[in-house]
Amino acid sequence: MYVAVKGGERAIDNAHTWLAEERRGDVDISELSTGQIREQLALAVDRVMAEGSLYDPDLAALAIKQARGDMIEAVFLIRAYRTTLPRFGASAPIDTGAMACDRRISATYKDLPGGQVLGPTFDYTHRLLDFALAAEGLEPQEAPEAVTDAGDLPHVTDFLAQEDLIQREPEGTDTPRDLTREPLDFPTDRPLRLQALSRGDEGFVLSMAYSTQRGYGRNHPFVGELRIGTVTVEMDIPELGFAIEIGEAVLTECETVNQFTGSKTEPPQFTRGYGLTFGRCERKAISMALVDRAMRWAELGEDNVGAPAQDEEFVLYHADNVQASGFLEHIKLPHYVDFQSELELIRRLRTEAMAAQHQEAAE
Amino acid sequence: MTDQAYNFAYLDEQTKRMIRRAILKGVAVPGYQVPFASREMPMPYGWGTGGVQVSAACLTPDDTLKVIDQGADDTTNAVSIRKFFEKTAQVAVTEKTGEATVIQTRHRIPEETLTEDQILVYQVPIPEPLRFLEPSEVETRKMHSLEEYGLMYVKLYEDISRHGEIATAYAYPVRVEDRYVMDPSPIPKFDNPKMEGAALQLFGAGREQRIYAVPPYTKVVSLDFEDHPFDPSKAPHPCALCGAEDSYLDEVITDDQGGRMFVCSDTDFCGSRRAAGFTGEMSGAQDTHLGAVGE
Amino acid sequence: MQNAVLDGGLADPARDAAFAFRAALDALSRPGTIRQIEGATAPAPCSAAAATLIVTLCDPTTPLYVAPSHDTEALRDWITFQTGAPFAAAKDAVFAIGTWDALAPLGAYAVGTPAYPDRAATLIVEMPTLDAEGAVLTGPGIKDTAHLNLPEVAAFQANRAQFPLGLDFFFTCGARVAGLPRSTRVTEG
Repeated sequence: MYVAVKGGERAIDNAHTWLAEERRGDVDISELSTGQIREQLALAVDRVMAEGSLYDPDLAALAIKQARGDMIEAVFLIRAYRTTLPRFGASAPIDTGAMACDRRISATYKDLPGGQVLGPTFDYTHRLLDFALAAEGLEPQEAPEAVTDAGDLPHVTDFLAQEDLIQREPEGTDTPRDLTREPLDFPTDRPLRLQALSRGDEGFVLSMAYSTQRGYGRNHPFVGELRIGTVTVEMDIPELGFAIEIGEAVLTECETVNQFTGSKTEPPQFTRGYGLTFGRCERKAISMALVDRAMRWAELGEDNVGAPAQDEEFVLYHADNVQASGFLEHIKLPHYVDFQSELELIRRLRTEAMAAQHQEAAE
Repeated sequence: MTDQAYNFAYLDEQTKRMIRRAILKGVAVPGYQVPFASREMPMPYGWGTGGVQVSAACLTPDDTLKVIDQGADDTTNAVSIRKFFEKTAQVAVTEKTGEATVIQTRHRIPEETLTEDQILVYQVPIPEPLRFLEPSEVETRKMHSLEEYGLMYVKLYEDISRHGEIATAYAYPVRVEDRYVMDPSPIPKFDNPKMEGAALQLFGAGREQRIYAVPPYTKVVSLDFEDHPFDPSKAPHPCALCGAEDSYLDEVITDDQGGRMFVCSDTDFCGSRRAAGFTGEMSGAQDTHLGAVGE
Repeated sequence: MQNAVLDGGLADPARDAAFAFRAALDALSRPGTIRQIEGATAPAPCSAAAATLIVTLCDPTTPLYVAPSHDTEALRDWITFQTGAPFAAAKDAVFAIGTWDALAPLGAYAVGTPAYPDRAATLIVEMPTLDAEGAVLTGPGIKDTAHLNLPEVAAFQANRAQFPLGLDFFFTCGARVAGLPRSTRVTEG
């Protein structure tokens, strides 16, 4: 029972106990370990890391378990934990050119140095429920391994850049502003927008991207390259005077190549949209690149056609699912006081309106 | 992890310093919304994260904290926030308005007149009073800087021409010290006149990353027109339990025949009056109709 | 020397800073009232009140201007060690510390912008004496009128004339502090 007036404290305690019981479910079925979640629900773990802005597969798995599989709740748990962590410093920029790729595809060139690497993708699976999976204990077949050329895979956009056919991005040395440490203020810059998109809700960013494809700020994207793999993370240690490797992270990166016939300020050339996420979140990374490109209209001298995806205020203020779900769900909190004031107002206005109608009818 | 693993009042010191600086600027420019880098709190946005951060930055170990939601100390979210501070700041807590030094509130100002020794911290959902007229933050910020509040007056006047009165019953906008138009948070307009008083009032909007303030004895005027002066009206009933004629009331449905009663929304105010012997027309009936309110 | 730098911080940082902030908040919310504020001890000539304000409010994100009256190596080292606040010229400062004469001219400091009046400096003014008498104060935080022995009147009138832009002040003397936000109207007592 929802206790609104008295007994709130006991109600809360009891609700938490009941929740724990429900979380466990039928005790005759063995309990999920966070290791199982990490290994077997890896894409859920990746999404929680990406939107939680914290690279820690074990904690993400714990959050998913604790949240009973509610992904936004799991993201929230990670975010709330993340803010309490002390900051020891910032890593050196990661080099995605040196990524050890599990997957690397380009939609713009049939073949290219390093080749197309399909990787472990759902892309060409037929979406037929695999009832064999319902029977536990089957060992998967071993995937054949090929020997690949060692060495870095060049970025596809580098080939276009050699011909000067794609916009060059200025190399910045400034430390970008940190979305989680400064209040948002407008206009923003691209690093800040990319941060917001990278931790934004996958569903929201997907829908925004989709809207650009359907004509609300169309920007003619091709997936120049999508790559998923492992990069090393390095950090400068002032005491040592050089950077050391502090770990590895699996990332997804997408660069779109967008047609651009030129504007008042820019010559005809291809332009870029960029997406980067923790983990294997390729739908999100592609979506991010499209929305990034849509929000670049001002710097490229394009028209603002009033599309939602072009409106940085709209996108950045509404992309965060922890903010959105908190505010959305707060309307279930008591609002007796505001509602009471509305009740009185509506009763009064209604009485007056009815009286006026009667008056008119009488006349 | 034990509770001791967290800092006093939960937030780390650098975060508190950032919030404290924002509070001081808010005090210096009454009614102006100071941007601050709101943190993710272990409770959802929209559930008082702004108020909680402001309270956390203000509390000292000597404080006595009261938390109310809808005027009541024992609504679930008030209980939850009070427990949070009991645990993380080890402060004393109270339900008595007069005993509290810091009061965090959602949607009400206590009926008992606040004193110079008290701070009232409001939880604010949407701090921008112009937001429902203009969704863009860039535009509303410009309007505040130019003191351009015509749009707000036009909206209020349209209400009058359509309904004969201003159709805003809560979160009724105020003008602070003749300068900034400010959202008083979703308190009923009945509470607006209480904003001119002895206590310091601080407002925290976590999700929207804004802090603002009304210092003691600051001029706070509810927007109105000469021919349509502001009217802080409320339901024309006395409290059914304590008989108070001058308090804000909750309407409680007592049966499925349309029966209803009106009781004080401020539970401490109502309880203190009843303890002092005041009665309302249903004082004796409370156990059958409203067992929940009794104790 | 070394000890002077390492010592003098808050003994119990979270709790001491909470008490210090409340004193500062109370002082700024009620111009003309004088509050006790202590906990930190900095090298001379910095008062205990000013030292406590600095450790309570300053950190690596708040550039600090140290006016000539207080610009000693010992004090700078102490501030760096205790807060990490970077030293800056008056125009870039979020906080400034010094005597009234040393902090002049006030035109050097940021007063905020029409869109962001909060982006204005806060000056910590070290005073030989601090008393609730002298100049007459009215405005937010003041029931009728209050008094404070301000170093002068015209400067604060000019500051008020820019409202909502302007500078905000803390006045410190020993372990006592008073506040004067830009919203206060000041006349000769």
